[in-house]
Amino acid sequence: MTDSLTPTNQPVKTRRLNKALLMRLAPLFSLVLLVIFFSFSSPFFFNTENIMTIALQTSVIGIMAIGVTYVIITSGIDLSLGSVVAFSGVVVGLCASYSMPLIVCVVAGMLAGGLCGCINGFLVTRATIPPFIATLGLMMSVRGINMVMTDGRAIYFSDYPMFKMLAQGRLFDVLPYPVFYLLIIALVAAWILKKTVIGRYVYAVGSNEVAAHLSGIKVQRVKIFVYAFCGLLTGIAGVILASRLNSGQPTVGVGYELEAIAAVVIGGTSLMGGVGTIGGTIIGAFIMSVLKNGLNLMGVSQFWQMVAMGIVVIAAVYLDTLRKKMR
Amino acid sequence: MSDHFLQMNNITKRFPGVLALSNVSFNLRRGEVHALLGENGAGKSTLMKILSGVYRPDEGEIIFEGNKVKFDSPLDAQKLGITIIHQEFNLFPDLTVEENIYIGREFCKNNRWRLDVPAQRASVKEILAKLNLKIKPETRVSDLTVAQQQMVEIAKAISVNAKVLVMDEPTAALTESEIDSLFRVTRLLKEQGTGVVYISHRLEELALIADRATVMRDGQYIDTVDYETVQISDLITKMVGRKLGDIYPRRPPFTADKKVLEVKNLQRKGVLHDINFSLHQGEVLGLSGLMGAGRTELARALFGADPIDSGEIWLNGELTKIGDVHQAIEKGIGYLTEDRKKEGLALGLSVELNIMLGNFPEYSDKFGIVKEKQCEETSQKLVNALRIKTPHLQQAALNLSGGNQQKIIIARWVCKDTDILIFDEPTRGIDVGAKLEIYELMNRLVAKGKSIIMISSELPEILGMCDRILVMRSGHIAGELNQANASQESIMKYATLED
Repeated sequence: MTDSLTPTNQPVKTRRLNKALLMRLAPLFSLVLLVIFFSFSSPFFFNTENIMTIALQTSVIGIMAIGVTYVIITSGIDLSLGSVVAFSGVVVGLCASYSMPLIVCVVAGMLAGGLCGCINGFLVTRATIPPFIATLGLMMSVRGINMVMTDGRAIYFSDYPMFKMLAQGRLFDVLPYPVFYLLIIALVAAWILKKTVIGRYVYAVGSNEVAAHLSGIKVQRVKIFVYAFCGLLTGIAGVILASRLNSGQPTVGVGYELEAIAAVVIGGTSLMGGVGTIGGTIIGAFIMSVLKNGLNLMGVSQFWQMVAMGIVVIAAVYLDTLRKKMR
Repeated sequence: MSDHFLQMNNITKRFPGVLALSNVSFNLRRGEVHALLGENGAGKSTLMKILSGVYRPDEGEIIFEGNKVKFDSPLDAQKLGITIIHQEFNLFPDLTVEENIYIGREFCKNNRWRLDVPAQRASVKEILAKLNLKIKPETRVSDLTVAQQQMVEIAKAISVNAKVLVMDEPTAALTESEIDSLFRVTRLLKEQGTGVVYISHRLEELALIADRATVMRDGQYIDTVDYETVQISDLITKMVGRKLGDIYPRRPPFTADKKVLEVKNLQRKGVLHDINFSLHQGEVLGLSGLMGAGRTELARALFGADPIDSGEIWLNGELTKIGDVHQAIEKGIGYLTEDRKKEGLALGLSVELNIMLGNFPEYSDKFGIVKEKQCEETSQKLVNALRIKTPHLQQAALNLSGGNQQKIIIARWVCKDTDILIFDEPTRGIDVGAKLEIYELMNRLVAKGKSIIMISSELPEILGMCDRILVMRSGHIAGELNQANASQESIMKYATLED
């Protein structure tokens, strides 16, 4: 019999399990180590104000990364985020320039992101274009549309003094609102993934699309959902970004998609699909911004920071392959 | 024995838990076509994999051109001139014919790193001419017909000066005229002194090309015969001639009163032709035939996974349209796929999720929130009922044995309370104990009034488990047998012979 459990190999199994657990916790350990390291390297690192700054800097990328985590778990990819984040800011600005009520502007900005996500979803499912290409195309086109709509200039919200409070205010005068949004969104996204049917389907589709289809899961719907969801979150991130900049900037967000994807990957989500958590993604996003912030405080140049980021991404994926080999 | 330039003597090969080859001998003369016959699973492929260096034998020896040889890899065998053409070709569809023939052995200037295109082109042209093929060296392989691709494989074999060429089911995908040209090339090879081992199920067709035939059964050597003198019926007897073991659990005879499924004139262009049959409640209906006869295609068509061109499907006396998988499932049809790893399981995910896959709508509230406790209870109940051996429900499916993985998928359909189950090769690659459990499970299902269509390449299993048997050949149902007149011989006759 080849059945998996015989008494003799049980101890081996548990040891392997612990090692696997250790590997899964690797991103969290790395984050803690980074924090300890920077706390000793710079006197300005470990205090409430700096921690809040880091969190604030994480929020926009973090929210986008949560969205793209969904996409990546289904073994897809979304490269259009950077353009879409600017698009939603521009849409907020355009609505504002028509003097629409603030709430309408904000909702329109969020839905603009969701719309882009839907387009991605339809391209990937109905037109069966590979996600890499579909979203690459959208990344380019949407960037162009941003420019067309604004003539390449930023739109300022001078008539809406309240708007910038969305992102620049603080909850209880401590927690910056965007960090609060990030927290809420992370909780909701993690809850959907863990507790709802669609969440299970996201994993199933990423793990084995054919099996999912043949067991009666509407795979196309799941895919459209993840791209739309990712787009919607990017729209929210776009509104926050516009509020922080107090303007709709058509050129903002270049390269954000790659930072978001990097955060997801660092957080242990597999690009092969079927594996990944929101918690991991949040840790991944924080690893990146802690690294940036810490290196800044240590006076390391921007250029060397980029080198460090690259190394972190590669190291994270290397860990991922190690993890796979252990299975 | 001087005329045998290849001898395989007393080869034994064990796989964990299975004796794949037991003391098998095989020999080949220069310039002969030697057919290797046997049911699926008789050990033909294993034997040929040993010959071509894929596996190493546990016991026995290979003597080639008078020398004892040992192969550590397929490359070793190739260097001596032993080449195998697999059923699935090893070609690169996006490369040209020329590139494919010399892939990995490109002609280089001064033997270094610069390609010598003219020399290579000339060599390829020479080979193609030798085979009398009208294929241009610069054609992309994906633009060729299946038959032409096969010729490219043969050309590749010739380019390495193959002295022994093994062809595994070479005609499975070919049309009549393509088979002719394959035979022409085969005869050419024969004249040039190549020894050809030809694996096929098509006994009549073999008469046109084979000189001798060796029959294998259950991993054992049965006999070697001259094809000219042998009767085909004798061959069939040799191939299947064994009594049924009593490993099939009994169940009370079923009474055919209620038709749950009726298929009329089902047609899918080039795949399924004029399929008519019915399935009764509580029946196990066998679907037999050789690989490629259209069994899986029929299953997929019934399940809505592949479109059909015409025909009617009646479920419980009602004409039903099955446009896609979801409709099929809704109407109570379930499909246990042939390849559980590729099409059945989300291997990296938990046992529980795999059981519940496709069942979540029934196990969630109206907001789409999963009822976790119910999921867990139901999964645990099924794990217990089907005796799925797993340490806990959260274990990843890939850590379970094949038999237990198969049971997970069965549990999924049981959970759905599906009425018509299509089991496609349910016991492939699982050990005897687990097979028995699957059989018992099937009996329990039909006892509960479910109906099962069972596809299997193992004749004893089909005979042991099924109330009626349909035999398919080239996309149509060649014959129907009941328990009284079904035998391995009668099935093989329908499966292999033309009408």
